[in-house]
Amino acid sequence: MTGLLSLITYTPLIGVAAILLLRAVAPDGAGRNEAAKWIALATTLATLALSVLLVAQFDSAEPGFQFQEDIAWFAGVHYRMGVDGISVLFVLLTAFLMPLCILASWKSIENRLLEYMVCFLVLETLMLGVFCALDLLEFYLFFEGGLIPMFLIIGVWGGKRRVYAAYKFFLYTLLGSVLMLAAILAMWGVAKTTSIPELMAFHFPPQMQIALWLAFFASFAVKMPMWPVHTWLPDAHVEAPTAGSVILAGIMLKMGGYGFLRFSLPMFPQASHYFTPLVFALSVIAVVYTSLVAFRQTDIKKLIAYSSVAHMGFVTMGIFSGNAQGVQGAIFQMLSHGVISGALFLCVGVVYDRMHTREIAFYGGLVNRMPWYAAVFMLFTLGNVGLPGTSGFVGEILTMTGVYGVSTWTALIAATGVILSAVYALNLYRNVVFGEMTNPQLSAIADLNWREIVIFAPLIVGTLALGVYPKLVFAVTTASSDALVAAYHAALGA
Amino acid sequence: MTPQLFVTTLVFLPLIGAAIAGLTGRRIGDILSMTITTGLLIVACAMSWSVFVNVVGGAWAPFTAHICQFIQVGDFKSDWAVRIDSLSAVMLVVVTSVSALVHIYSWGYMVDDDSKPRFFAYLSFFTFAMLALVTAADFMQLFFGWEGVGVASYLLIGFWFKKPTANAAAIKAFVVNRVGDFGFALGIMTVFWMFHTIRFAELFPLIASHAGQTWRFGSWYWSALDLAGFLLFIGAMGKSAQFFLHTWLPDAMEGPTPVSALIHAATMVTAGVYMVCLLSPLYEHAPIAKGIVCLVGAVTCLFAATVGLAQNDIKRVVAYSTCSQLGYMFFAAGAGAYQASMFHLFTHAFFKALLFLGAGSVIVGMHHEQDMRKMGALWNKLPVTYLVMVIGTLAITGVGIPGLDIGFAGFYSKDAIINAAWVAGQHNPIAYFAFVLGVIAAGLTSFYSWRLIFMTFHGHAKWGAHAAHAAASDDHASHAQIETHSEPDVSHGHGHDHVPHESPAVMVLPLLVLAVGAVAAGAVFVERFVGPERAAFWKGAIFTAADNHVLDGIEHIPAWLAWLPLVVTAIGFVGAWWAYIPNEGLGARIAARQGPLWTFLYNKWFFDELYDFVFVKGAKLLGDLFWKGGDQKIIDGLGPDGVSAVSYMAGRGVGKIQTGYLYHYAFVMLLGVAGLLTWALWSWR
Repeated sequence: MTGLLSLITYTPLIGVAAILLLRAVAPDGAGRNEAAKWIALATTLATLALSVLLVAQFDSAEPGFQFQEDIAWFAGVHYRMGVDGISVLFVLLTAFLMPLCILASWKSIENRLLEYMVCFLVLETLMLGVFCALDLLEFYLFFEGGLIPMFLIIGVWGGKRRVYAAYKFFLYTLLGSVLMLAAILAMWGVAKTTSIPELMAFHFPPQMQIALWLAFFASFAVKMPMWPVHTWLPDAHVEAPTAGSVILAGIMLKMGGYGFLRFSLPMFPQASHYFTPLVFALSVIAVVYTSLVAFRQTDIKKLIAYSSVAHMGFVTMGIFSGNAQGVQGAIFQMLSHGVISGALFLCVGVVYDRMHTREIAFYGGLVNRMPWYAAVFMLFTLGNVGLPGTSGFVGEILTMTGVYGVSTWTALIAATGVILSAVYALNLYRNVVFGEMTNPQLSAIADLNWREIVIFAPLIVGTLALGVYPKLVFAVTTASSDALVAAYHAALGA
Repeated sequence: MTPQLFVTTLVFLPLIGAAIAGLTGRRIGDILSMTITTGLLIVACAMSWSVFVNVVGGAWAPFTAHICQFIQVGDFKSDWAVRIDSLSAVMLVVVTSVSALVHIYSWGYMVDDDSKPRFFAYLSFFTFAMLALVTAADFMQLFFGWEGVGVASYLLIGFWFKKPTANAAAIKAFVVNRVGDFGFALGIMTVFWMFHTIRFAELFPLIASHAGQTWRFGSWYWSALDLAGFLLFIGAMGKSAQFFLHTWLPDAMEGPTPVSALIHAATMVTAGVYMVCLLSPLYEHAPIAKGIVCLVGAVTCLFAATVGLAQNDIKRVVAYSTCSQLGYMFFAAGAGAYQASMFHLFTHAFFKALLFLGAGSVIVGMHHEQDMRKMGALWNKLPVTYLVMVIGTLAITGVGIPGLDIGFAGFYSKDAIINAAWVAGQHNPIAYFAFVLGVIAAGLTSFYSWRLIFMTFHGHAKWGAHAAHAAASDDHASHAQIETHSEPDVSHGHGHDHVPHESPAVMVLPLLVLAVGAVAAGAVFVERFVGPERAAFWKGAIFTAADNHVLDGIEHIPAWLAWLPLVVTAIGFVGAWWAYIPNEGLGARIAARQGPLWTFLYNKWFFDELYDFVFVKGAKLLGDLFWKGGDQKIIDGLGPDGVSAVSYMAGRGVGKIQTGYLYHYAFVMLLGVAGLLTWALWSWR
């Protein structure tokens, strides 16, 4: 099935072409908007169907790259595509969340709807490209290219302080990417190739590894985001439209973790090992610090954004523990967080669409009018807290277990996050959903409608299915992850 | 049906009931939801007794029914499974029996509530999680059940979600339990890296070979097995409300009373005890951890009993009594008498569920009044409730005649614990300490239990026409103290006659069944649980080291020791009688004087105030500091905002940049902290 990856990656662009054509021929109006929404939905569903096909065809016993494509491009740079057990599920996650985002935007986007849909479809292509690219420069183009549609989504369709948030988002991520570009050029110069599989086998001298590791770290740490370069995230989330937040939390943050797994660990093993204490320190600070900050938030979205930073702390420490539990736990945690945090932002979107505020104090007692919403929000709150039986638990316990094997101090401090997440998440839930409904403005608020139920249903199934039977993920990731861990330890031993 | 399929079905029946009632309850209606959940629970209960008979009778050898994989990464392997041995069979019987009775009782208790399907769904879900816990074959499923019952407890405490106090209590219960789970999770990780397995069947044979080894945790070397045992015990302390982590249990009384009986008395809170007994192969090789279990249990048993003396809310008295009795179970386990611990767990389930449901009957009879100072002289208004409450009190105080060896359920189990502590105390000072505290607590138990009976059922009636002014004088409660919580009196349907009444048959029937258990559970099972037949009963489910002869020792105790618990119990009874019958009002006068001892006990040793000050206020303070100071001023001030601000000020050429230096200093400091932690983690490896 060569070409399947390119087909998946560029299918959204077919939708883009269709919408642009529509824009050119059809007169402005409700009918045109309606058509654009259906085109976007159909395109993203087609992409999802192809991604499901990809995972079904995927040979999980094979640790290396599959579905490879290789076309010479320019100056020795190739267009290379391929997925392994680490990346293939991120392709699926992206394709899975995207139709839900289109559905979530069905009613809430009123101006420039066609452009909005185009932005999302372009963004999908770029994100899929990140996880499929097997060439360094190609990866860089997809990785940084994703910034632009997201910048527009926040800057054009965002809230009141959207310009500030978009600027902050851009500034932070750009700074990191400049360093990464320099590192990529240096690697190209030394290794004489930009092929990721070849670079994974190439041994960079330890001194150079340190510099390259730091440059990549600058970019990925901002994307994750790790403490202390996380402050763009709460602002970006608060201002972004609901679907933008879902993509930001669900997919774009994972690019940082994916980068660590794809580049830092396999290409710079000595440097990764050298910097492990730094990563552990920043990770546990993120867990404790941002959990406490989340506890004090008055804006629902900001609270969830801070909780995302804390959860990403588990991912980074899991990755750099360098053992099977840590690495697979981190992959699992990223996938699970993609589902749960996406769902939580959608939960915020439900009430924001109705009331146009995210102030926690405005709400209270929603369960009295919205019992189904209360049940759905409760499930994802418990997932966020890491309750066993939901997918949130598996990643947390495995990353902590992995870290315990390397640094008991780190595991000890990180484990306090288990307590703190319960504090902020349950407090939020209490203040928004429980209690008497005292705000008269809420008295007519309606429960979930069918469109919203359709959005949440797959997320509920995902959270519970992965929580009860995580083998769904591990069956795919184990071979590649074991190979990564084995290569990492072999490199350190050598 | 194979035994494997049989037990698997048994475990999942309550989940099916919960799913039907929870998801379709509003469509199929109250009666059908209640019938399905209750019916499935009764079936599960019958099946549990069948399992129990088959296992302890020897028809079934212990086995594990494998369902499917759970988490399997590298050596970290766990499965969904149903593990059946004598220990889990005892728990199956306890859990499903009490749960089935509580389901039936709730038909009456919740009759006026308008979300009955939700209530029954939660109850059944709890039962499922508890069954998953007691049949776990590895630490991951144990943890699943462990937190599953925690979340069920959270949902049920906050069942009346309109009440702010109920919501606060629910969060408190979950968070305090999470503090325990923090230790529990670290304990599991320690076990994993020590033994490279988290499956009980693979773990237990490896333990003996690790005795005496050390383990590095943090920067220090610890005795390996003691460290694992201690960390896991932190989880048990949270779940079973032991000293330091007990504060959630009294507040959990915010939930409906059937919940208090099922979850916060008979079953969930005993999960910690079950876990320690299950891990007897570990604790038998971990003398220090075992000593800590014994010490914490002993302190809890006395502490909770003292607090119980001064409470006025009928449910709170029973709640502190639960806390105290759990202390007995732990110090028994810590003294090496795991079987006695399980025995007390078993008998306690009957009489404590009885006391709670009896208290619920009183509360309903009093039209949702929980303050005992507004009761009195109820015995002839609620005769059946009175009868069963007295039976429950006789059982919890352990009344029986040592010479003839006949008595109520608690007589056998509590005396076994006290005697075992004395036997172990001959060589073990901690066990002797536990023995002394246990005897004192037995006297206090008798006092507060009879105090409850006398205040509620005897003396002068404080309800009715001139009751309004009787209890209004309690203005000295500290602000954190929620003195009494009346449950929402949802249109009780009898007009406004405030005459107490006996409860309907559907509530009385479970009380009578439990009363039979409170009378007979001890006499029937004593030989099997702790007596000469115990080896045939437990079939190796509980491990006792070769040098542990505690239970053999209780067969040969001196006569004074056999009579000692009865004597202190009698003293407690006489004291309560003297203070509340001939001298009725003495208690109120002592309370009114607000002496230091009374204030200390009444405010529960000020634990809530201390924790609120240190942890709640501390977390808020740090959260604000990190958010407004760290994120907004330092990081943003120097990052994106700072970049633009500095260039702006530099452009204006003013000296205001000076003020920016403050943030630079702070930024350097922040980096310094990160650097220091990095260095520390690096050097501590």
